Amino acid sequence: MADALSEASELSGGEESQEEDVLTPAELIARLEEAWLNEKFSPELLENKSELVECVMEQLTHMEENLQRVRKGDLKASVHRMEIDRIRFVLSSYLRSRLQKIEKFFPHVLEKEKSRADGDPSFLSPEEFAFAKEYLANTEVYLKAVALRHMPPNLQSVDMLKAVPEPCLDSFVFLRVKERQENILVEPETDEQREYVVDLEEGSQHLMRYRTIAPLVASGAVQLI
Amino acid sequence: MFCEKAVELVRELHRMSDGQLPAFNEDGIRQVLEEMKALYEQNQSDVNEAKTEGKTELIPTVKFRHCCLLRNQRCIAAYLYDRLLRIRALRWEYGSVLPTTIRFHMCAEELEWFNQYKKSLATYMRSLGGEEGLDITQDMKPPKSLYIEVRCLKDHGEFEIDDGTVILLKKNSQHFLPRWKCEQLIRQGVLEHVIS
Repeated sequence: MADALSEASELSGGEESQEEDVLTPAELIARLEEAWLNEKFSPELLENKSELVECVMEQLTHMEENLQRVRKGDLKASVHRMEIDRIRFVLSSYLRSRLQKIEKFFPHVLEKEKSRADGDPSFLSPEEFAFAKEYLANTEVYLKAVALRHMPPNLQSVDMLKAVPEPCLDSFVFLRVKERQENILVEPETDEQREYVVDLEEGSQHLMRYRTIAPLVASGAVQLI
Repeated sequence: MFCEKAVELVRELHRMSDGQLPAFNEDGIRQVLEEMKALYEQNQSDVNEAKTEGKTELIPTVKFRHCCLLRNQRCIAAYLYDRLLRIRALRWEYGSVLPTTIRFHMCAEELEWFNQYKKSLATYMRSLGGEEGLDITQDMKPPKSLYIEVRCLKDHGEFEIDDGTVILLKKNSQHFLPRWKCEQLIRQGVLEHVIS
């Protein structure tokens, strides 16, 4: 994979250097895979990574262009083709799982976006935000047109925030620790238990409630698996 | 008993296995709406009576009716919303054009919703990355091999693959095609993946 990509990047003229830190194509893909797994396994929508998505899309375009020049029937071409397919699958799957979460929790996602302070990073990319808004408007218009407007005057609106379930942050996730963490407070599950603290060793794997380690996922200290 | 019609609507969907879309039950919805109207009117007159004549014993009945109203509203919203989710899934399965048999099961407003959803999704996918965007309804499964063996289930006409070769997709013919080209056709039921 790294080989196929580095060839592509030679031609791309190091466009990733526009980013704060320079990434090799292999690192770029590793980042994408990390973001993909985290997004796939976390119950709530994570911060958007539009820069990463753009970089990968650029890489894919370059690789496709390179492939056009390879003569037909070359064995190398099919290997590279396979690489492109794989990367595109990961990228699509990543974006798909984000979109699914947006559709599933749209009122909450938009509410979170609204209450976000100005300086904070946005959870939604501008495109996703537009999509979520349209989805909400579309669904509200639909419900109104079919049923709500025929109902008694005091029942003509549905509070979407209450009607659509929230993401369940208490669900359990598998995780691998990338940076050692000390004194993670684990809250009690039942009344009989008491809260306690654990240390997470680097490289160890755990099964924990998402709520407990959500900040660590956001900071990249643990990886969901 | 109140709310029975509404619960029946929800049950109707619940009985269907995932992904199936039964015909829009316009009649059921209408009946629930009528029941709601009747309940509301009874409540209004009872509230007036309670106010003017001080009949406080009417209050519990009013409350009970209001609960029924809320429950009816919730059931209808659930019925409609669940149908939307099913319709949404159809967009991902069949692409932007739905088979007529399915369209037949949808009401006009649902078709409207579907068209709007289609537009939003298309706008989103076009905005991804570079000029052309990225079709994320493709590549649903991780790729295993570049080419796959497929069999045509119906006549589809001519089909062009990346290198410009045009092949004729005729019923019962078998082809060895690039996977990324036929994924959509397989989901539409034009091609069948032959696993030997």
